[in-house]
Amino acid sequence: MNLQALAYKLRQDTVDLIRAGKAGHIGGDMSVMDILVELYFRQMNISPENMDSPDRDLFVLSKGHSVEAYYSVLAEKGFFSKEQLHKEFSQYGSKFIGHPNNKLPGIEMNSGSLGHGLPVCVGMAKAGKMDGRNYRVYTVMGDGELAEGSVWEGAMAASHYKLDNLCAVVDRNRLQISGNTEDVMAHDDLHERFKSFGWHVIDVADGNDIDQLHEAFEEAKTVKGKPTMLIANTVKGKGSSIMENKANWHHKVPTDEEYAQIYVDLARTFEEARINGEREA
Amino acid sequence: MAKTANKQMICEVLMEAAKTDKSIVALCSDSRGSGSFTAFADTYPEQFVETGIAEQNLVSIAAGLAKCGKKAYAVSPACFLSTRSYEQCKIDAAYSNTNVKLIGISGGVSYGALGMSHHSAQDIAAMSAIPNMRVYIPSDHLQTAELIKALLKDEKPAYIRVGRNAVDPIYEEGNVPFEMDKATVVTKGEDIAIIACGEMVKPAKDAAAILAEEGIAATVLDMYCVKPLDEKSVIEAAAHARAVLTVEEHAPFGGLGSMVAQVVGRECPRKVFNMSLPDAPVITGTSKEVFDTYGLNAEGIAAKARELLR
Repeated sequence: MNLQALAYKLRQDTVDLIRAGKAGHIGGDMSVMDILVELYFRQMNISPENMDSPDRDLFVLSKGHSVEAYYSVLAEKGFFSKEQLHKEFSQYGSKFIGHPNNKLPGIEMNSGSLGHGLPVCVGMAKAGKMDGRNYRVYTVMGDGELAEGSVWEGAMAASHYKLDNLCAVVDRNRLQISGNTEDVMAHDDLHERFKSFGWHVIDVADGNDIDQLHEAFEEAKTVKGKPTMLIANTVKGKGSSIMENKANWHHKVPTDEEYAQIYVDLARTFEEARINGEREA
Repeated sequence: MAKTANKQMICEVLMEAAKTDKSIVALCSDSRGSGSFTAFADTYPEQFVETGIAEQNLVSIAAGLAKCGKKAYAVSPACFLSTRSYEQCKIDAAYSNTNVKLIGISGGVSYGALGMSHHSAQDIAAMSAIPNMRVYIPSDHLQTAELIKALLKDEKPAYIRVGRNAVDPIYEEGNVPFEMDKATVVTKGEDIAIIACGEMVKPAKDAAAILAEEGIAATVLDMYCVKPLDEKSVIEAAAHARAVLTVEEHAPFGGLGSMVAQVVGRECPRKVFNMSLPDAPVITGTSKEVFDTYGLNAEGIAAKARELLR
């Protein structure tokens, strides 16, 4: 299965997970999925077998509320079983809580409160530089999250320390819980903002296109002396017409009727991606 | 004996350990001078991280370093470290369980005349309320050294508060009674139990001497381990005493006094009085002037003890 198709299959898993747990930040899960798939299946040197290696790549999901997408990716990667995940997510006493939790295999740091991932990753990347290790450090932030001041403390330090082993991604879906990000707290021009903080900035025109993401992550690896920020222009709720670009799908459990439509839409997008992949191969 | 500030002692112990342990990293938020860490930064620049005036960043970066095998010592004024960085302490240090040692310098009212912005009178309450966070407030430099040596051996987060100025030693060089997470019995007596931490241990000890001359026997406990509180020692001291007096450089709520009262109330009920800073911005002055104003000195503690036993 090609990675674009895998991303749609994992969207289906994620919607099923949200239905099973009766909770979930579904809109952001759908927008971030392609980024996570590219990272976990093509970019990062990380697997259940090498989690104890000091040379593994490191990842922190700063937008921790997209945990359902993250769990689905980790399950596909073999860190835990999909059956266990779907049975236990959000249940009483479960370790599969509604934000990343490092008591679970594959998860480095707890997150959930926004604005923590980037500064923590600065520390991880700094440690890599101190020890002369070649691992890379990745984090994914939401765009609404960028209103947190701690993001900018981290951004400032990352360029000051010349952390070219750090690559951050903004899941720029332009919606947050109260509506359009530009109405809530404007972030344009993000490119110029991060550039002025000393970052190499790459705009990914379609952040739900796995090949465009791939190209951007590959470029980031060639950058020397500064960290790289990918501004991935994504669609919130990507994959189903009833969710796409709708702020009220920030946190929502689909009804039976909505689920039926989402299922049909994701099956179609999956099939299209699969056929496209075969054609290209 | 020469006096050494506790913060200076922390730096010295870490510098000694850093000779052979390259995983030790000190971080400062433009606080290397005030934290007495300039020598560390100059001697081990490859093991030193400057974050600038950004305390939240300081703690998160320390956590990231710790996740990658570093023993991270984040040194910053206690007032900022404990409240401005509170969420980073909660999430990145405690919740993620990283080996971050938070060194709160110039704690309590050390920055006396600088005002409430620079006082940390909430840190015990704040830090103690975080699951997985330990809280230590050593009394003198000798105990501080033992504490840091012990902390170097574990891989869990902790908050350590020390004052700005050198204080008179409580213990003798080469003969420091120290057991990790166990209060030190400074004096023993069965009329009253005085339980103190940090800079309040010295006046508590001196108060015991005053009381002894009057025929009142006091146990003085140096409760440097505020969390986990050494409940066993509290119960032992309280159960043999007619009253319990706690003394702390902290707001009246949620500190050492509150914790001791919980234990005494549950295990051996008797009167507990908490001497502390007021629930108000403290008066302008040096530490000593502030302490004297609120009776946080030997005479004040002795007077309160007499009153409780009356």
